[in-house]
Amino acid sequence: MTDMSALPPTGLVNYVRRDAAQPLPPPANMTGWQGWVRENLLSGPFNIAMTIISAFLLYWIFAPLLNFTIFHAVWTGADREACLITEARPVVGACWPFITERLQYFIYGSYPLDERWRPTIFFALLLVSVAWVLWLNAPRRDIGMLFAFVFTPAVSYWLLTGGNPAFALVGVLALAIDAAGAVFGTVGSILSAIPFIGWILALPFNAVDRALNLIANGGIGGLREALGRGFFWFDLLISAAALAAYVFRNRIRYTEADFRTALTTILGVAVAFGLFVGVTGLDAGLKPVPTNLWGGVLISLIVAFVGIVFSLPCGILLALGRRSKMPAVKLFSVILIEFVRGVPFITVLFMASNMLPLFVPEQYAPDKLLRALIAAAIFASAYMAEVVRAGLQALPKGQYEGAMAMGLGYWQMMRLIILPQALKVTIPNIVNTYIGLFKDTTLVVVVGLFDFLKTIEAARIDPKWAAPTTSATGYMFAAIFYFICCYAMSRYAKATEERLGKADKR
Amino acid sequence: MKKIIASLAGVALGAIAVASAAQAQGTSTLAAVKARGVLNCGSNTGLAGFGQPDAQGNWNGLDVEYCRAIAAAIFNDPAKVKFVPLSAKDRFTALQSGEVDVLVRNTTWTMSRDTSLGLNFEAINYYDGQGFMVKKSIKVASAKELSGASICVQQGTTTELNLADFFRANKMELKAVTFATNDETIKAYDAGRCDAFTTDASGLYAERLRLAKPDDHMVLPEIISKEPLGPVVRHGDDQWYDIVMWTHYAMVTAEELGVTKANVDERLKSETPDIRRLLGVEGKHGEALGLTNAWAYQIVKHVGNYGESFDRTVGAGSPLKISRSQNNLWNKGGLQYAPPIR
Repeated sequence: MTDMSALPPTGLVNYVRRDAAQPLPPPANMTGWQGWVRENLLSGPFNIAMTIISAFLLYWIFAPLLNFTIFHAVWTGADREACLITEARPVVGACWPFITERLQYFIYGSYPLDERWRPTIFFALLLVSVAWVLWLNAPRRDIGMLFAFVFTPAVSYWLLTGGNPAFALVGVLALAIDAAGAVFGTVGSILSAIPFIGWILALPFNAVDRALNLIANGGIGGLREALGRGFFWFDLLISAAALAAYVFRNRIRYTEADFRTALTTILGVAVAFGLFVGVTGLDAGLKPVPTNLWGGVLISLIVAFVGIVFSLPCGILLALGRRSKMPAVKLFSVILIEFVRGVPFITVLFMASNMLPLFVPEQYAPDKLLRALIAAAIFASAYMAEVVRAGLQALPKGQYEGAMAMGLGYWQMMRLIILPQALKVTIPNIVNTYIGLFKDTTLVVVVGLFDFLKTIEAARIDPKWAAPTTSATGYMFAAIFYFICCYAMSRYAKATEERLGKADKR
Repeated sequence: MKKIIASLAGVALGAIAVASAAQAQGTSTLAAVKARGVLNCGSNTGLAGFGQPDAQGNWNGLDVEYCRAIAAAIFNDPAKVKFVPLSAKDRFTALQSGEVDVLVRNTTWTMSRDTSLGLNFEAINYYDGQGFMVKKSIKVASAKELSGASICVQQGTTTELNLADFFRANKMELKAVTFATNDETIKAYDAGRCDAFTTDASGLYAERLRLAKPDDHMVLPEIISKEPLGPVVRHGDDQWYDIVMWTHYAMVTAEELGVTKANVDERLKSETPDIRRLLGVEGKHGEALGLTNAWAYQIVKHVGNYGESFDRTVGAGSPLKISRSQNNLWNKGGLQYAPPIR
């Protein structure tokens, strides 16, 4: 045993230091803010020049901005008199009392005054949903998902429109029977080579369904229009699904498990839809509020959130469809994506607002807000599909092959291996699409909807507030609102990106 | 497959049945409006004095009050109006497709619109026309004295053409300064780029309020073009046409006879035959329109007469303070003239 650590006895080499010298503090001009300034702003002639130019630019931009919004702004007043240029006040900045007075209008639009607690609850629900879903440490996020994607939409629909009593009674029943008929018809058609059996199976359901439709359309109160409209589109959808299932019945070999899955899925959707309709139809004596009275932030948020919520799942499906080997699925996805991307959003909105009433009878034309919502959802989905496809294509082929070698099925492969990686690399682009969509909501003004920006535009022309800076104040307020929303989205995305990117940095 | 065909056929048949029912109903706009319980009124998306939302989100303005008057005549309730804000581009399509029952959206009555678009213009609820606003400091009292003055005008509009016509007809020297948008034009005028600014007179009053020093500017009395604004309906329903037209005339007649929102109940007892006929105490004029005989009473009671409406929305009682001039009654030097109700 040798003692490597043994030191020579003291006194032998006294000139050798035993311990490290205390480090001297760095020079004063290398630390603190002086150091930072020196290092980052004044490290060389070029840097000094850039600093001076930047400072000048910042001053050039921010001095007038601050002057306008704060130092020269008018903060109180009852009408335009407060914001006029007078002898005592030769320079007038932002006219904030205009915003204060109209704030309610910017948030709720023309929503009836006594009913505004309803949109307020909607905003609260939305806030809770967003916080619950997005905050990673929140408790029971699975319930949060349910809350955000089922409870909030159903209750909000019910709150904002005022419910649909006739819908609740007849609607649930008819829809359930409709769905059951569709299931039996579809399954029957697939099961047998003879479609006749499917038809017989579905017959009683269809008869009852028609009868209920007739009752509903026959006139339970004034809501039969809405009912008839709902059934028309629902029938169309179910029929299309049944047709598709029939056409493709021999393409794919089905196992018993497939049937069970299909059946539970369809029944599950029917039950969820029925519950949704049931909740939305509850009659609690709420006054119906037609959508043409909605406006302001309310409309902007509804359009944006419907677009955001629908675009990711639909976009993923479309992206997978486009890369699918099944020709029909591929063709459908390609046509939808290319058509939507080839036409400006504003054109589709114009079509929806001007052409649709010419094509379908007035009572079957969907509500204006609904048209805008559908258009926004489809648009966002098509763009999202391309973003997701970029992510799918960025993955090396080995990932796919590896997953297949493990014996994973298509959906397992996608769910466990491909999509988590593909979505991770596309987060910046996904959020970019969201931000774009959020700002695009201002286009709904072309179908006569008063979104946040339009309420400002409508209010700024009011002669009661006609003053030199009223318009500029309105637009400034809009800019601040949109900036806060978009910046919040981008910050959250950045945090997510960093969280998911930890593995790459190791 | 049969199920699908059957259900598709069912849907198609149902749609056809309902569509034909709607068409059968559609022959009478009044019946459709009554069944719906609300009047669909094509309105402006925001124009000072004619249609703009207030702090509570209620719509106000001269055109808005016209819609409310029609609703008052039909339902005895001015609130039964659904305003459908329409842009200048899609206003006529919305009317033609039946999305709105009537269009009251400061639309200029022109021959081509009245004929080839399949529309009917009726009364004129506002006589507008192009006018001039000048700085008081240039000491001009009439548009005829504007020779050589620089004039701010928006590019590519009929306003620009009218301006050129007016100056040529009066052999004056035109110095037009053009801008792409209305906002730019008024900004330039306010900054002192021109001596005068021209657009439709109703707009002049609204824009004047936005200037840095409104009191240093004045609107000249001359009107150099005709812009008769009024409500529009579809071709093919004369009863509806009559209702919309006589709503305006009832309001004008009420003003002429001195019947106001405040004194209408008291005037029911009046002995004057004209007032008795207007308010439905005598005669069956309302029933001839398909309404009740109290139709005009309801209009005045809920909305007021034309003068009151004008005053409240664009006239002396509003921030715009537009003078009555052409929109005054015919016996007070204006053009508003209603055929007799008898």
